[in-house]
Amino acid sequence: MTTAPALELRTLTVRYGARLATWEVDLALDPGEVLGLVGESGAGKSTVGRAVVRLLPEPGRIEAGAIRLHGRDLLGLSETEMRRLRGADLALIPQDPLSALNPAFRIGFQATDALRIHRGLTRDAAVAEMVRLLGDLGVPEAADVLQRYPHELSGGMRQRVLIAMAFSCDPTLVIADEPTTALDVTTQAQILRLLEELQAERRVATLFVTHDLGVVAHLAHRVAVMYAGCLVESAPTGELFRAAAHPYTQGLLAQVLRADVRAAASAGIEGVMPQLAAAPTACPFRGGCSRRMAICDETMPALREVAPGHAVACHLHQGT
Amino acid sequence: MGRTPAAPLLETRDLRTYFRRGGWLRPTRWLRAVDGVSLSLGRQETLGLVGESGSGKTTLGRTILRLVDPTGGQIHLGGQEITDLSQAALRPLRRRMQIVFQNPYSSLNPRRRVGAIVGQPLVVHRVPGDHARMVGDLLERVGLPPDAARRYPHEFSGGQRQRIAIARALALRPDLVVADEITSGLDVTVKLRVLALLRELQAEFRVAYLFISHDLAVVRQVADRVAVMYLGQIVEEAPTDTLFERPLHPYTRVLQASVPPPDPTASWRPPVLSGDPPSPLSIPPGCRFHPRCPIAEARCRAEVPALRALGPGHRVACHLAS
Repeated sequence: MTTAPALELRTLTVRYGARLATWEVDLALDPGEVLGLVGESGAGKSTVGRAVVRLLPEPGRIEAGAIRLHGRDLLGLSETEMRRLRGADLALIPQDPLSALNPAFRIGFQATDALRIHRGLTRDAAVAEMVRLLGDLGVPEAADVLQRYPHELSGGMRQRVLIAMAFSCDPTLVIADEPTTALDVTTQAQILRLLEELQAERRVATLFVTHDLGVVAHLAHRVAVMYAGCLVESAPTGELFRAAAHPYTQGLLAQVLRADVRAAASAGIEGVMPQLAAAPTACPFRGGCSRRMAICDETMPALREVAPGHAVACHLHQGT
Repeated sequence: MGRTPAAPLLETRDLRTYFRRGGWLRPTRWLRAVDGVSLSLGRQETLGLVGESGSGKTTLGRTILRLVDPTGGQIHLGGQEITDLSQAALRPLRRRMQIVFQNPYSSLNPRRRVGAIVGQPLVVHRVPGDHARMVGDLLERVGLPPDAARRYPHEFSGGQRQRIAIARALALRPDLVVADEITSGLDVTVKLRVLALLRELQAEFRVAYLFISHDLAVVRQVADRVAVMYLGQIVEEAPTDTLFERPLHPYTRVLQASVPPPDPTASWRPPVLSGDPPSPLSIPPGCRFHPRCPIAEARCRAEVPALRALGPGHRVACHLAS
């Protein structure tokens, strides 16, 4: 037996009132692995990240499934036990660094919370540690940054602060929810570089939620694709870009806009992503699929392995 | 897709827009959002305007439409100077220039039906004819269902709302539409459909677009020419393919190299830019880009580079470009 995965999701089903945000999502991250979770808005990718830290916005409920962190069942934990994990073993890098920081407090006050609570450092020791961390992240005059309020910092600097906070207590799993989406391209490049370096140095398992296939191509070891709340394909990054098997993934890759190519007018993926209300009884992508068969209207395809580490939920790949 | 006849539809000369900051108990400072922009746009042409937040691209678009008052310089629309026209004198000209905003959630009145929103410009400008039919035709043309006119904005998705805003902007058959980040926040599939629609409408309505965006990949697909803004000025301008294939300004190169290519086999080494973009409240002397420029020399710190022609339609503001 090998060691337990850093994160394991088993048939995770999340419901928001009448709507199913995810349906029976199975995922596993090895220690030190970066998994890119991609999909359109509403596909359920952020919901997966939020469910793992158990911070689903109302009325979100985990309806079924299991979430295990190094083999430990998270759904059975009390809120107090969960709090002990968040910010320590389990860290979140949110999308919008401005709303993730409290505007009324100086950076130094809020950024050192995790260090004081989880590592029991005194205020002075926590501040010194945070200055060191920010320095490592290439923030000059980190002591000065800690004296400021969130609105006084640039978007890139706020995101660096949140990354330092996330890594401050040596997490074993980081959930990064579109951490560079709100940033300008040059700042995004700096932050991605930073995350790459941190990853090379610390080898923390990371669930990287994003809609940007360019980011995934360079940061993720493996990619999982979601559509309408369902996991439709997952594969090692190189394999996914080279040999995507699901028609939806193929469509996603074909319609990526690139600045270095003026593409022929691409029609893009057809159809509108459906919203699930109950367990799917047919393939959710059948409306946009050019290779739709009779069986696609009749049953939901199961996730099947088509190559080592490459799984697809599509009737074209159900084998014999 | 466009062409550039002799007399440009739109021309700005040394256009400047400053905002006053501070005052009362604090020293007055000037935020130079747009600081000497000269550009032109032909009929039925698309000019892509790219830059990062704070580069002044949105303010430039709004100044051109006279939604913000310019501090100096000139704006000409169809050969007529409109820089100092009063709002009353501008009114008839507003038919010729329209805007589509970035956020389709805040730019459409949630309490009015879509038909009334799209028909509003026809009412304001007292356009004769059957408005209901005109609105119906417009909605159909932008690809919305026939019953859209009777519904409210909240019943539509982000992409559909942007179609509503496009229909409203085209209702008066303008010559110029300023499209300000209209595809940001939309999923790629939806983005592609909106871009395809803009392209079709351009030929049909003979409209020119000033297409403002931070997304280089999107601009590559729609623009005939591209202007790159940095701290209130245009640093490079060229036909689209030239700009992307032979960028001459170091900032343009940095912008392009910053986008990770969607290909795991391609090597990607993002350029190292020192620091954050400087504030338009404290603009560096000499070349504005010199504090972050990877190739800056002594001269760049002292002398302001002029926008020089370095090829057909290719202008660059860099001492070191050749």
